[in-house]
Amino acid sequence: MDDSCAALAEQCVAGNIRAIARFITLLENEDTQAFAALNYFKDSGQAAQVIGITGPPGSGKSTLTDKLVAGFRAQGRRVGVLAVDPSSPFSGGAILGDRLRMQRHATDPGVYIRSLASRGALGGVSRVTGAAVQVLEAAGYDRILIETVGVGQSEIDIVKIADCVVLVSVPGLGDEIQILKAGIMEIGDIFVVNKADRDGADRVVREIRAMLETQYMLAAGQKPHAEPDTLAGRMFEESVTGHHGNTGGHVDGYGDAPGAAPVLKTIAENGEGVADLIKAIEGHFARGISSGAMASRRLERVRSQLQDLVSAQVMQSIAGEKGSGSLDDLATQVVERRLDLYSASKLLLSRYFQGEKR
Amino acid sequence: MDRKIRVVVAKPGLDGHDRGAKVIARALRDAGMEVIYTGLRQTPEQIVDTALQEDADVIALSILSGAHNHLFPRVTELLAEKGVDDILVFGGGVIPEEDIPFLKSKGIAEIFGPGTPTQVTVDFIKTNVKRK
Ligand SMILES: Nc1nc2c(ncn2[C@@H]2O[C@H](COP(=O)(O)OP(=O)(O)OP(=O)(O)O)[C@@H](O)[C@H]2O)c(=O)[nH]1
Ligand SMILES: [Mg+2]
Repeated sequence: MDDSCAALAEQCVAGNIRAIARFITLLENEDTQAFAALNYFKDSGQAAQVIGITGPPGSGKSTLTDKLVAGFRAQGRRVGVLAVDPSSPFSGGAILGDRLRMQRHATDPGVYIRSLASRGALGGVSRVTGAAVQVLEAAGYDRILIETVGVGQSEIDIVKIADCVVLVSVPGLGDEIQILKAGIMEIGDIFVVNKADRDGADRVVREIRAMLETQYMLAAGQKPHAEPDTLAGRMFEESVTGHHGNTGGHVDGYGDAPGAAPVLKTIAENGEGVADLIKAIEGHFARGISSGAMASRRLERVRSQLQDLVSAQVMQSIAGEKGSGSLDDLATQVVERRLDLYSASKLLLSRYFQGEKR
Repeated sequence: MDRKIRVVVAKPGLDGHDRGAKVIARALRDAGMEVIYTGLRQTPEQIVDTALQEDADVIALSILSGAHNHLFPRVTELLAEKGVDDILVFGGGVIPEEDIPFLKSKGIAEIFGPGTPTQVTVDFIKTNVKRK
């Protein structure tokens, strides 16, 4: 590791804002020394609670993040925010406007806010968001909030980074729930219906809850018409009788329904419901830690990050090679029907491992 | 990966219009820069802290309210206090010709009047950015 990066890493651990900011830039610029210096952070600081805020464009993610920052600050936490906005596919530039709604925290020494451009990454976060979390964690931020780009339905990389995913939706998107279909529902640990000052919030709450219950029952291998004395059946009953019906934005989904995620209403603009959201987040961590779910989730996450990293490195190395037996050569052979795809992949891999031994 | 120039676009002062600032923000984005847009009524303290947290190369200040002789130098002063000498600071907006020498003496690298083509600003940044 290069000395200047090590020195910079040391300053990050000491909480130096400029060093943290510079280090994240180096990561964004794919500086290999900076990646090597991440090693320096492996046992610095305490594990932070990493909370992802995701949802469609304009749903109020930044406004909500601003309120969460205030809430965590009131508890005396140090808060880091990573706010991702899309890069322009045409110019590669970006307008990063999330922090606009958080500027009252700009001069608070207990808050660090960093805007990240997606730089072509399609999963809702940028490639270095996970590494930036490590930097902030080492620098002693104990709550780290990540605002994703406004998502449609497939940008779900936030689950690979966050311990808790808050999925924000709003009334008035037309076919309300449509936006939350396919894939994205599965990643929510907590569901927020923001802009509850608008008509239709209760309907969105009901629709989300119904969808969650169906999902839960399918996962449990039961039909929605299960006997009322089974867990799934009880949840179904509750949804029908409105026993769990939430109209006041309070937290529910706990207790006898361990599979059900909380669904709550907020008005981010005036802070209504945010205290309950913080309680729901705390509940998520408390239950996750005591049940061991949080630990296995982190393990799973690191496994998947490790796999991504290794395959990226293998691919990078393979793509760089030329000549006989290279990616291009084998692809040509497959096209000319001299080789099948599967055998070609084996050949590429064995070539890679030979290269490693050289 | 090429290095992106990061620019904090800020509007100090109390006037409530940010059309000019938005136009420049878009032009800089279209020139491939990453623009951190902070919105209206920012104090010099907020602007400087934002630039540090964002690792900005450039601070672009836009003002219409006439308080530039106070607010612009305050930004460069705060940067100096924090030992920062590698951020390019320039201004734009409605600023009388006779104030420009004073502002430049306070470390504002350039002042662009309302009619300045955005390309001039883009070129100015690319030529003068301090960190390469
Ligand atoms: N009526 C109402 N408006 C809100 C509420 N929360 C946020 N807004 C407004 O919704 C707009 C978008 O809010 P943001 O917080 O920027 O939304 P976002 O999800 O961060 O947007 P992107 O980052 O662009 O995807 C702003 O004009 C907010 O003032 C709310 O509870 N009620
Ligand atoms: Mg936002």
